[in-house]
Amino acid sequence: MQKAGSDSKKVNGPLWVNAEITYKCPLHCVFCYNPVDYDTFGPELTTEEWLKTFREARELGAVQLGLSGGEPLMRDDVEIMVAETSKMGYYVNLITSGIGLTEKRIAAFKEGGLGQIQLSFQDSTKELNDFLSSTRTFDLKSKVAKLIKEYEYPMVLNVVLHRLNIDHIEEILNMAEAMGAEHVELANSQYYAWAMENRKYLMPSRPQLERAEEITNRFRERVGKKMKVYYIVPDYYADRPKACMNGWATTFLNVCADGLALPCHEARMLPGLEFPNVRDHDVSWIWQESPGFTAYRGDDWMQEPCKSCPEKTKDFGGCRCQAFMLTGDATNADPVCDKSPHHHIVTEQVELAQQPQPPAAEVKPIILFRDDKNSRKLAARDAAESKPRDSTTPVA
Amino acid sequence: MSDTPESKLSETLTVELVKQFRLQWEPAQDSFVLLYPEGMVQLPGSAGEIMKRVDGSKTVPQIIADLETAFPGADLRQDVTDFLEAAYAKGWIRQQES
Repeated sequence: MQKAGSDSKKVNGPLWVNAEITYKCPLHCVFCYNPVDYDTFGPELTTEEWLKTFREARELGAVQLGLSGGEPLMRDDVEIMVAETSKMGYYVNLITSGIGLTEKRIAAFKEGGLGQIQLSFQDSTKELNDFLSSTRTFDLKSKVAKLIKEYEYPMVLNVVLHRLNIDHIEEILNMAEAMGAEHVELANSQYYAWAMENRKYLMPSRPQLERAEEITNRFRERVGKKMKVYYIVPDYYADRPKACMNGWATTFLNVCADGLALPCHEARMLPGLEFPNVRDHDVSWIWQESPGFTAYRGDDWMQEPCKSCPEKTKDFGGCRCQAFMLTGDATNADPVCDKSPHHHIVTEQVELAQQPQPPAAEVKPIILFRDDKNSRKLAARDAAESKPRDSTTPVA
Repeated sequence: MSDTPESKLSETLTVELVKQFRLQWEPAQDSFVLLYPEGMVQLPGSAGEIMKRVDGSKTVPQIIADLETAFPGADLRQDVTDFLEAAYAKGWIRQQES
């Protein structure tokens, strides 16, 4: 047994770096996973600071780089980042809404060695797409999809599903096929950040999920190997938690626009943990030694029922952020697990989702769009509270 | 409709990586790895030795011959063929009419 504080055990470096290079975004998606208080963060890292961070992570063995946001194309130095990080040996993934992806830019990305472009779509019908992203972007995205094909990138389409669009799944799949998509990820929104605020409007009912799965399976049979289709249900509907991030700080390093380094997209919300900034520390120290990254690495932190659970090596007790949001203690089992004494919190939400909800037109005025003004409001609300976030707390 | 049976690799066509795949040596893992959108496969030992010869210039028999020169005394035909068939089925490699 290793004693705590022993430095003889070498920790493998991150394999995947996700860089949220900006929180600026022309869209206002109601399910956005960016922190709700993003508008109160400090200044974005400079190009040089980003490149230094990428270099340090690459030295630790990171091979995959995601350039995301916000909308990463809101920065004008993505071309430099792509070219430089490709040279470093990263496989570079651009995760974009497509807004701002001109032919000039995509040509530069191709030249620079970009590996893939992942294009997100909010829905297949213009009306709902524009409602859910709150801008008129559908036509533009269709053009971008064409550009991606022209530049011989695999067409990877990411569609976030939820209560208000999941019934359009057949149209979404047909659209993906018409665009020549090779990979389609139909991922139901998971309930973090903005999606947590809007959870009651976004969680689909059981019949909605079953219908969508049936349609997806039929579609898979029809298209065969031409397209890979992933369909992911909300984890609230599961009875075992997801192996979140493949275990805390084992694989994934998230760097935020302001330089904060996190073991996952959402960890900034966890109380009592101080996360390091890449402006102050090198990635090696951050990954190997910083208290924030070592906090939930391994299983010493676990409580029952995780501690003695034979499945703890498979799911690592689930998601720390979800445990915190729903139970108030990040060291509890993720309450998605039916062994958790808090599992009822999840099943109660699921039961609520079986009840009739107002139609989209009525939801629109009350649902919370991700924008700067709402971000400041939510930041003020959370600052005034020391208890876990509760999506039913009204925004002042 | 794509219900055609899994086709076998041709002996006369060259083999190459599918476009979005990239093979590289990773010192941190002491292994060749195959990188693709948001993913990675480790190719330790012989798997890496085989894949690094999949460069668009060699046919399957040429890859086998090349490996048998590099590792003399071993009969590698079956192992290499099996590996390449599996890599083909997984969509990592392809063959093209030139």
